[in-house]
Amino acid sequence: MHSRTLPYLLILPVTVFLGVFFLYPFVLVAQQAFTTGAGFTFDNFTKVTTHWKFPTSFKNTLLLAAAVVPVQLALALLMATMVTNMKKGRDLVLYVWTIPLGISDLAAGIIWLAIFEQSGFLNSMMQGLGFIEQPTNLISYQSPMLVFVAIALAEIWRATAIMLVILVAGIGLIPKEYYEAAEVFGAGPWKRFTRITLPLLRPSLSTALVLRVILAFEVFAVVQALGGTLFPVLMGETYKYQFELLNGGAAAAIALIILVISIAATLVILRVLRVPKGASI
Amino acid sequence: MNVKKVTGAVSALALALGATAATADVLFWSTQAKPVEEAQAMREQVLAGAGGIDYQPNDGGPWLTRLNAELQAGSGSIGVLGALHGDFSAMDPADLVDLDGLGASASATFNNLAMLGTDSMQYIPWMQASYIMAASKEALPYLPEGADIDALTYDQLIEWAGNIKTATGEAKFGFPAGPKGLKHRFFQGYLYPSYTDGVVRTFASDSAVTAWEKMRELWAVTNPASTNFSFLQEQLLSGDAWIAFDHTSRLAGAFNERPDDFVAFPAPAGPTGRGFMPVIAGVAIPRTAPDMDAAKALVQHMLKPETQIATLRATNFFPVVDVALPGDLPPAVQAAGNAVAKMSGSADANPGLLPAGLGSLGGEFSQLYTETFERIVLGGQDIRMVLDEHKVRLQAIMNDSGAPCWAPDAASDGPCPVE
Amino acid sequence: MADISQSRSSGRFVYMSGVVLLCAWVLVPLYFLLINTLSSPEAVNAFPKSFIPEFDLGSLTFFANFAGMLSALKNSIFVAAITMILSIVLGAPAGYALSRFEFRGKETFRFLILLTRAFPLPLLALPLAVMFIRTGIDDTIFGLALIHTTLALPFSVLITFSLFSGIPIELEEAAWTLGCTRLTAFTKVILPLVLPGITASAIFAFVISWNEVFAAAVLTIENRTLTAFLLQNLDTSPLHLKFAGGFILVVPALVFIFAVRKYLFAMWGIANR
Repeated sequence: MHSRTLPYLLILPVTVFLGVFFLYPFVLVAQQAFTTGAGFTFDNFTKVTTHWKFPTSFKNTLLLAAAVVPVQLALALLMATMVTNMKKGRDLVLYVWTIPLGISDLAAGIIWLAIFEQSGFLNSMMQGLGFIEQPTNLISYQSPMLVFVAIALAEIWRATAIMLVILVAGIGLIPKEYYEAAEVFGAGPWKRFTRITLPLLRPSLSTALVLRVILAFEVFAVVQALGGTLFPVLMGETYKYQFELLNGGAAAAIALIILVISIAATLVILRVLRVPKGASI
Repeated sequence: MNVKKVTGAVSALALALGATAATADVLFWSTQAKPVEEAQAMREQVLAGAGGIDYQPNDGGPWLTRLNAELQAGSGSIGVLGALHGDFSAMDPADLVDLDGLGASASATFNNLAMLGTDSMQYIPWMQASYIMAASKEALPYLPEGADIDALTYDQLIEWAGNIKTATGEAKFGFPAGPKGLKHRFFQGYLYPSYTDGVVRTFASDSAVTAWEKMRELWAVTNPASTNFSFLQEQLLSGDAWIAFDHTSRLAGAFNERPDDFVAFPAPAGPTGRGFMPVIAGVAIPRTAPDMDAAKALVQHMLKPETQIATLRATNFFPVVDVALPGDLPPAVQAAGNAVAKMSGSADANPGLLPAGLGSLGGEFSQLYTETFERIVLGGQDIRMVLDEHKVRLQAIMNDSGAPCWAPDAASDGPCPVE
Repeated sequence: MADISQSRSSGRFVYMSGVVLLCAWVLVPLYFLLINTLSSPEAVNAFPKSFIPEFDLGSLTFFANFAGMLSALKNSIFVAAITMILSIVLGAPAGYALSRFEFRGKETFRFLILLTRAFPLPLLALPLAVMFIRTGIDDTIFGLALIHTTLALPFSVLITFSLFSGIPIELEEAAWTLGCTRLTAFTKVILPLVLPGITASAIFAFVISWNEVFAAAVLTIENRTLTAFLLQNLDTSPLHLKFAGGFILVVPALVFIFAVRKYLFAMWGIANR
């Protein structure tokens, strides 16, 4: 087969598929963002960005992603290296660590609310251990920091496994000889990690990061369950415009803003983790 | 062996794919009776006798998306819609089939609302509810001296919750300020009517400033986690709230689970009376219904006295037709029924109506009250400033929709003015 | 000598406690879910909470008697299975193309893939539903699987891409010189190597489909998936049913991941030789 046409043949099915089931509805919805009934306009964007809640939800979304994703990356890397060095029980440990994958964000919200609510498990535990006498309100408007921490913890719990699985699959491809050779030359575990694992894992790292970051900007269900109305995020505003205020144009406008943030973040990640041409690994 | 497995899987797959069963069930697409046990009771007790009904409760998002898709496509599978007055009034009446002659509620006011500004019934009132107060019996010893729980004022409520806070160190008033909480109805139907004798006209009046000051006082003795509360039955049961305001069906779980531990009572009164408002759910038929006759039969079924009683048991929503209530109703229904009766029968009752004529701006209207709360009470911003700013937006909503005033606001020619 | 073995054993200790700690971090919240699932309504609302389940099966029994659970479960499994197959069959070739070829439009294509995940599905559901109703694939398991495939494709394309990129092209070229065609080199040499990646994408496809609520609620009526059937009604339900319902949804996904977990490490030996 001709290697000119082969790549196009290979991507054709996906392209057609996404064209029909994503691009077509996407274009229809995106159009709404630029119309209010009287031709092309930026009114929807002005409307949503000048709303007093917009800066807060924008800031919250970015802050949460900035707090959660690096921790998840570090944790996933740690877990992936730990599990690959394991001799016994590797399967089981990896399984346990991937469990949160199977839990939807709505269910994760239910679980973590049961932990943090006033009569929840955390307060029960602290009372049982004698740290507190009375259950205290952990998530309330008086302690925004605690609300943020609770949401971040729940997100880290729920979505680290996504990165872990991708990284584990990637680490499996790194030839063992590299490590053996490095050991012969006296490289310690940390050196082996930074000099072999990290560079060779770049393709998987960037995939894991890109996917995770995009999903982080769309965070909603866990935030709503734990933060209630205290922690507005962009996605929540989108749904509010679409389903409560019945303003499809404004909803599409916020969704497009999220899209632009996601693209920007993706570009940065891809640039930083670019695999140099010719340096085949 | 593997081949066998694969062919087995494939044929099972084919079966499943082909199984778009040709049953002619009428699809009852509803936003009400969503909790799993209520949905189950709707299917088993309310609709079992009607034959071939597929009852599917949904969140507002999917409910609306599916409905709009069917209307846009010009054909669909939804037979009957069940939703709140507000959901229907946001729709284009042309998308709903005229239902004259299929029955009506006993209340002329409800029937009038159901016309959505046209000359014929666009939906048929199906069931009603209201918002009331509930308290754990643990809270009763802290009632202010001389206060009658069935005739509380807002000041007494604040004092009561304050007493509890002083005694226990915890704020135990629960308010549905969570993301799915119905807080906006408290402002529109309770706080404003009780302090300003209006909702729209008096939005930015001096008495409205007083109302929001009271709201701040109440909030000071409210459980600060209330911004996560959307169904106060949960907090009553867990003890996080001892006194609560919420929709009757969102308090029902507490009464049904531990009937002896809780009391229900009317909402408090302010200087201009005891404001309260009804909740009306209706049934309607979209113009795309696949089997019009079956759909109409289902609508009629919903209004039969025995169906209405079964619905009451299943959902804690009260009948809209005249029926004699049996004596063996669930505890939540009895408690809520008594509280509502006392509320509407009280000497200072100041009943309000549901917002009408706002069309698709209904969501924006409610949002405005919620945001006023968020800025004044949660954000601590200046009351006068917030009200003056929001007054402009409110007037724009009224002008754009052309909605005339509704009770307790005095009637208006043309759009309701914000004074 | 003694020093070295001591530091080694203390390193070992730190390592092991790390593993245990991380396992606990994952499992403890799930254990709380289990406690609440197996508790009576009173215990679910009680304070302080008990840390030992009382094995009250009331909430689970409620769901066992819930009409339509089994057929919804079956629908969920079929949708997830079709999603899995479609996303791998469509996605893996594209991942291969991205990793092995330089071609015009490559970057655009990658962006198209990412865009798919960067725009919320609930907004797209309306035009999609209109399209489905008009073409007659509305309310079918296959139709819903098509939408779920759209959600899973970015994962399968990008994961297979990153894994193919991790395999030296020399390996493939060596196979060619040994007489393999591009196709046989792919099936005999490359495919076994990327099996872990394919497993990873399969897991993603499965759980994405399994947990997706919105499209399922809009696009299926008679053929509801378990998630659409249960999850969207849970938040308004009493606490004990909320937890039991959440638990019921979690279990099948965990069984699935358990069943395929070993392929995540499959061919480990080959990759290291």
